[in-house]
Amino acid sequence: MYEKMHQSRLFESRIKEAYFEGKSPLFNMAKGPIPGEMHLSNGQEPCAVGVCEHLTDGDFVTATHRPHHVAIAKGVNLRAMAAEIFGRSSGLSGGRGGHMHLFDPAVNFSCSGIIGQGLGPAVGAALSFALQGLPHIAVAFLGEGAANQGAFHEALNLAAIWKAPVVFVIEDNGYGISVAKRHCTAVARNSDRAIAYAMPGIHVDANDPDLIHEAAGTAIARARSGGGPSLIEIVTTRLEGHFIGDQEGYRPDGEVAALAAIDPIPAYRARLEAEGVDPALLDEAEHIAAAAVADAFAFARGSEMPSAAQALEAVFVERTAA
Amino acid sequence: MNIPAPQRKLTIAKAMAEALAQEMTGDDRIIVMGEDIGRLGGVFGNTAGLLDRFGSARVRDTPISETGFISAAVGMAATGLRPVVELMFVDFFGVCMDAIYNLAAKQAYFSAGKVACPMVVMTSVGGGYGDAGQHSQCLYATFGHLPGLKVVLPSTAYDAKGLMLAALRDENPVIFMFHKALQGMGWLGTVPGSITHVPEQPYEVAIGKAAVVREGGDVTVAGLGITVHHGLGAAKALRGEGIDVEVIDLRTIAPLDRETVIASVRKTGRLVVVDDDYRHCGLAGEVIASVCEAGVVLRAPPVRLAHPDIPIPFAPSMEHAVLPDTDKVIAAIRRAMEVDR
Ligand SMILES: Cc1ncc(C[n+]2csc(CCOP(=O)(O)OP(=O)(O)O)c2C)c(N)n1
Repeated sequence: MYEKMHQSRLFESRIKEAYFEGKSPLFNMAKGPIPGEMHLSNGQEPCAVGVCEHLTDGDFVTATHRPHHVAIAKGVNLRAMAAEIFGRSSGLSGGRGGHMHLFDPAVNFSCSGIIGQGLGPAVGAALSFALQGLPHIAVAFLGEGAANQGAFHEALNLAAIWKAPVVFVIEDNGYGISVAKRHCTAVARNSDRAIAYAMPGIHVDANDPDLIHEAAGTAIARARSGGGPSLIEIVTTRLEGHFIGDQEGYRPDGEVAALAAIDPIPAYRARLEAEGVDPALLDEAEHIAAAAVADAFAFARGSEMPSAAQALEAVFVERTAA
Repeated sequence: MNIPAPQRKLTIAKAMAEALAQEMTGDDRIIVMGEDIGRLGGVFGNTAGLLDRFGSARVRDTPISETGFISAAVGMAATGLRPVVELMFVDFFGVCMDAIYNLAAKQAYFSAGKVACPMVVMTSVGGGYGDAGQHSQCLYATFGHLPGLKVVLPSTAYDAKGLMLAALRDENPVIFMFHKALQGMGWLGTVPGSITHVPEQPYEVAIGKAAVVREGGDVTVAGLGITVHHGLGAAKALRGEGIDVEVIDLRTIAPLDRETVIASVRKTGRLVVVDDDYRHCGLAGEVIASVCEAGVVLRAPPVRLAHPDIPIPFAPSMEHAVLPDTDKVIAAIRRAMEVDR
């Protein structure tokens, strides 16, 4: 888990560097090798690794507009993912989708930029597995802001009446863009909403991969054994702005400066060392992570831009001969 | 002595915010709701300053619950308020479309005209900056197609203020679209022609009236939002070749000002329509059909320049290839000039 967290963080730092190429001194989103909005996941790595550690390639995961950490934890092809974010023809969708629309069918991963809209597909995939007698489950990741979307409530109810093998994972980073959770959510804990849909609601009050792993383990075991859905809410941290370029004027004074102290990655390393894990092993994990990220970025940057004609392809899938 | 009024150059974002503030001052039935519209002043700056001025009872940051707050606006409009709601990107409307096309758009009709629905829905449209398929659409035709809605899209700050004031005073639901490439947000890059003089005094720009923004005798180029600026760029480029282009800014998608286009094409005999929305069943086709139905004799087949029928691609090498731009308008005008019958 430490290696994946580290890999995710390095991936995001390299993305951030590349994102600013051609965008400064005058920040303009349209410029540089990676145009468009960019939502980094720094700080939320424990949620992704703690949950995905339990999953196989066949399990189905939907993520949000902030998808990189989850994609990495789920084992999405790192080269093709980096290439997609750079808009190259070797990317997951050949450069058609970009950072908010990563699809990797090899590990049943997808994401969407529309809030709350990944939950329904996860419920459907879960029921589909059950009906086909497959051992897989589904996990939908969402932000705490998305729990106020109608689709959240519909999906939870549906999952409950269908007893679908699905787990809903809320990453509560306290903000939906500029709006703080306490200003827009009637309950302090979204996990309390689970009771309205007759499923367990688990609250993990620490951005700690081990505690998250434990909580997710219970929920996932329940799903796999036919026990039905669960809802988990994890209190986590968004170390960056909502998107790169966000001025974050809505954060209370001092909050940004205090973020480094609650960074979960150094905290996890310190804990592992305190528990007696050999620091050389952790260094080794960091090296492996760094090498994978370096390789993915070299692959992405070395890949070709898609041609204009490719834009017109893949709108539909052809019928295959029976 | 004749002292010229000083020029106040504003962006579309500032012009929209000014119109809202002026009208809210005189009309306390107006309330503004949406995501990040309060403290942040709107992701696109068009509600900046309103929270400080009018307070949190009238300027409300909402949860990400569009089905809830947009249908709530319909109820407010039925009971004496004049709500203004924002939903950041037009691409997000899938989650709350029922409130728009089954409730807001039909409130008047189902009540035999007795219950009005005075609400304004603000949303951004347009791509070109790599935000990909769920954050770059225009959907002019999607909204323009629905009876009971008025749909506007300014191409300049002057029009933005005037159209906003007209929308706020209208008794019906108005979808107020603004184009990201014209909005005047530093981080998006802005077409300079959209930043114009805006008089301080309130004024209206009529909904449903197109404008001839450049007169010419050889060919009519009709567009809206950013494509008006492409049209003006093309007109300038072709002046040297002796091609005299008339440019029309449609300004309102519904109701569409067919008369202004028809009158122009009667004069020029040639028509190019430029639209950054999807081509199929689109606004460009509607404009061309209206001219043909009016029996205008064309000297060359009309030309439709629109986004092809594919989701908007992310990679710049694909996105820039499929979106209309000045060069593509120039090529389209050349095509219209080739034939003379
Ligand atoms: C239906 C819909 N409404 C609004 C948005 C705009 N939007 C994008 S991210 C976001 C905030 C999401 O907050 P949260 O779910 O807590 O996730 P976080 O960004 O904190 O990861 C909003 C409002 C959207 N993408 N889709």
